Amino acid sequence: MSDKTINLLEKRKRQIHEGGEFVMEAEKQSLAGSVSQRSCSFCGSRVVLYPIADALHVVHGPIGCASYTWDIRGSLSSGPELHRLSFSTDMQEKDVIYGGEGKLYNALVELIEEYNPNAAFIYTTCIIGVIGDDVQAVCKKVQNEKGIPVIAVDSEGFKGSKKEGYKAACDALFKIVGTDDATETIPKSINILGDFNIAGEIWVIKDYYERMGVEVVCSVSGDGRVEDIRKAGRAQLNIVQCSGSVSNLAKMLETEYGTPMMRASYFGIEDMSKALYDVADFFNDDEMYEAAARVIQEEVTKLVPRLAPYRKDLKGKKAAVYTGGAFKVFSLVRSLKTIGMDVVIAGSQTGSVEDYKMLMELCDPGTVILDDTNPLELAKYVKEKDVDLFIGGVKERPIAFKLGIGFCDHNHERKECLAGFIGMLNFAAEVHSSVMSPVWQFAPRRANR
Amino acid sequence: MSCECGKTCAPVDSPENACTSEDKAKCGCGPSKADTPPITGKNFTATRNACKLCAPLGACLAFRGIEGCLPFLHGSQGCATYIRRYMISHFREPMDIASSNFGEESVVFGGRGNLNEGLKHVIEGYKPEVIGIATTCLAETIGDDVGMYVKDFIKGNKDTISMPHLLHVSTPSYAGSHADGYQWAVRAIVDQLAVDGPNEKFIGIFPGMVSPADLRHLRDILSDFGMPFSIVPDYSDPLDGPVWGEYHKIPAGGTPVSEISKLGRASAVIELASTISEKQSAATLLDERFSTAAFRVGLPIGIRQSDAFFKVLEQITGESIPDHHESERGRLIDAYVDGHKYTFGKKVVIYGEEDYVVGLTAFCAEIGLKPVLCASGGKSGRLKSCIQDAAPELDPETEILEGIDFAEIEEAVTHLKPDLLIGNSKGFSLSRKTGTPLIRVGFPIHDRVSGSRTLHLGYKGAQRLFDTIVDKLMELKQDSNDIGYTYI
Repeated sequence: MSDKTINLLEKRKRQIHEGGEFVMEAEKQSLAGSVSQRSCSFCGSRVVLYPIADALHVVHGPIGCASYTWDIRGSLSSGPELHRLSFSTDMQEKDVIYGGEGKLYNALVELIEEYNPNAAFIYTTCIIGVIGDDVQAVCKKVQNEKGIPVIAVDSEGFKGSKKEGYKAACDALFKIVGTDDATETIPKSINILGDFNIAGEIWVIKDYYERMGVEVVCSVSGDGRVEDIRKAGRAQLNIVQCSGSVSNLAKMLETEYGTPMMRASYFGIEDMSKALYDVADFFNDDEMYEAAARVIQEEVTKLVPRLAPYRKDLKGKKAAVYTGGAFKVFSLVRSLKTIGMDVVIAGSQTGSVEDYKMLMELCDPGTVILDDTNPLELAKYVKEKDVDLFIGGVKERPIAFKLGIGFCDHNHERKECLAGFIGMLNFAAEVHSSVMSPVWQFAPRRANR
Repeated sequence: MSCECGKTCAPVDSPENACTSEDKAKCGCGPSKADTPPITGKNFTATRNACKLCAPLGACLAFRGIEGCLPFLHGSQGCATYIRRYMISHFREPMDIASSNFGEESVVFGGRGNLNEGLKHVIEGYKPEVIGIATTCLAETIGDDVGMYVKDFIKGNKDTISMPHLLHVSTPSYAGSHADGYQWAVRAIVDQLAVDGPNEKFIGIFPGMVSPADLRHLRDILSDFGMPFSIVPDYSDPLDGPVWGEYHKIPAGGTPVSEISKLGRASAVIELASTISEKQSAATLLDERFSTAAFRVGLPIGIRQSDAFFKVLEQITGESIPDHHESERGRLIDAYVDGHKYTFGKKVVIYGEEDYVVGLTAFCAEIGLKPVLCASGGKSGRLKSCIQDAAPELDPETEILEGIDFAEIEEAVTHLKPDLLIGNSKGFSLSRKTGTPLIRVGFPIHDRVSGSRTLHLGYKGAQRLFDTIVDKLMELKQDSNDIGYTYI
């Protein structure tokens, strides 16, 4: 049953760029039956809100959605760890027939009494809208009784891809912003949006900013706290990482509080340095700029000699990169260049046409660019391009491993800190440990050489 | 339904009518602080850290064990993606699951259009011999009649498309767990493929949700008996295969449709299960429809359950147990003797799918361990009676609980203070919190590399389980004193 040729589905061809004239399409609903690597709106909402560690996260629906997202990510908390528990109304047949409002109400009241959260997020799953539960009304009642924000997140899976879920999560977050008494702006302060504190990454980034004299008011949502989110409107600048997940919140903060937003990425030396300099530029503060330069110099001086041995081994090796959002791909292309590697396949689940155009310009000619791809297409191109490394998430891992290709997990389940300058070193070590393993000599594709 | 508090309990027509905790405490119409069970703590309406998964996962696993089959979920994209991720983290193998990718218009107008389009794309892209379609809770709730859609799809396209077998199963996750979904799918596979015909000399086996290593071992046992056999489904190769040179759209292996279609004509079929209902049983279906001789024995974990399994094989084949297995049994008993002092009276908590819990409890009881809680997220209503049948020496006070979640298991563990936990890797957080060592068995094992290769069944499986458990107990004994004994 082995297929030497994997043919592209006709309707998928316009979401793939193999060189030549750039005519890609993107941001389309996934093709039915294409085995998309994407997920659903529920997943998008869950991803954004998950790391808020002092909130109760309750999934309203049958059990699956809660089971599959229990302690799923490496988002760390410096304090409470309520986010690592999984709560579900576990809807049964009779609840589907008669409605689940009563069950949800009882579940919430008991859980709030038991766990004393500072807020509760109620995620609606596919069937909740269909059976007509008035989740908003239940939330309102519980909020009034318990005196904490109890917020319905409209995350029915069929509403779209992760992007629609991101938006629902941002709407939920925005309901908490401004619910404290203070209103005055905090000087030289920022919010870090769109970082999820995987393996403690936000602590690394926060440390750099603090060394520059910048105060971090709130992080959304890595190591997140309800109290901090309340204050989010008081920061002077929003730094937005991750392609789209928290952009909507930044936009709402801009409209409502006039806080400007700035994009950043913390992966790789260039993007990390830029993220620090941009903030100093924004505040137009010479002292801060010098502090940023000092941080960068100190870190890079330590880092560069330690990267050298990895670069020596990895030079000229080829990589494929496929992630959820497109913005991370840019950073990864640059990071891989830093360690001497070339990206020959790049793509994302949710990028826009503009993202892919930028990506094409950043990559070498002939790089294959993929939007919302699937296992068969990935297998086809990693074989054709003969890559040494695949960077992706758990669903991409077996494609790489089955074909005897090294793999680096750059998704939310990873346990390695890959952000910041230290993250660049960890990234190089991680890539090196896979690409340079002696086990590939036994894989058919290498053994035949 | 109304109660003494004068309000409507469940179902409620509006949140205002729902009982408050105080109401419930007064009239006892729902969980309250007053009726605290001793072992699992307070009763919660919510499921906290579920000890079960949704039904479509079980169906996808069963379909993966059919040769040339691609599982297909009728519903939103996320279901397929989450289940893929969950299974890949255990099996560490490609696990493609197609989806009909519902959008809002599918919910309003029904999912037929998406199903048809999805099937066409899957047929074009994967060229499968079989597509196994399972429904998600969304498709079930909007009332999609997948059976009819599939029939119409075949009728409308059979002249233009080289049509694979299209199997379908209804797997609403609000009506059962992943273990139920697996059984429903196996029964649907048999229901839709088995046809009448002249009898043939072979044995059909329904192995249950066991590991690829278990399936391989079953193949070895049956081969040694010398009668042809067919294991349905058999995902041992698709989910524990070799590294590839070329990408396989659908991994090689699995039970061929041709074998499944003649199951009704088999000499006998054996279903390895304890707690499943007649309605879930593929063996019962064959018995009713084709009068096939149907045997049911529990998962053969430990000596007694394996003996029962071998006895049935002896009966069907007329051959006595092959020497090789007889001596494996002898060595196992010898090992039981060598290790008996380390296991005697040690308290264990066992959890997982109900059939696994039955088998593991019988095994633990026969080696002198003392199960203090046998728990499952499943709700067959038969767990207790099946355990009592399989492990007659079990203390009648042993807690046997269905519909449990990990938060309740944790509370019970805190109370019962067992020496070991035996179950899947989802018990790790409570193992860590309570300082109780965990012996990983079953599905899923997300935090070790050996999930696919975990052997449970037969004398060989019992040997592996016994060694693992006794080694762990010896290690605990060695580590828990200051002397540093080098002989234990």
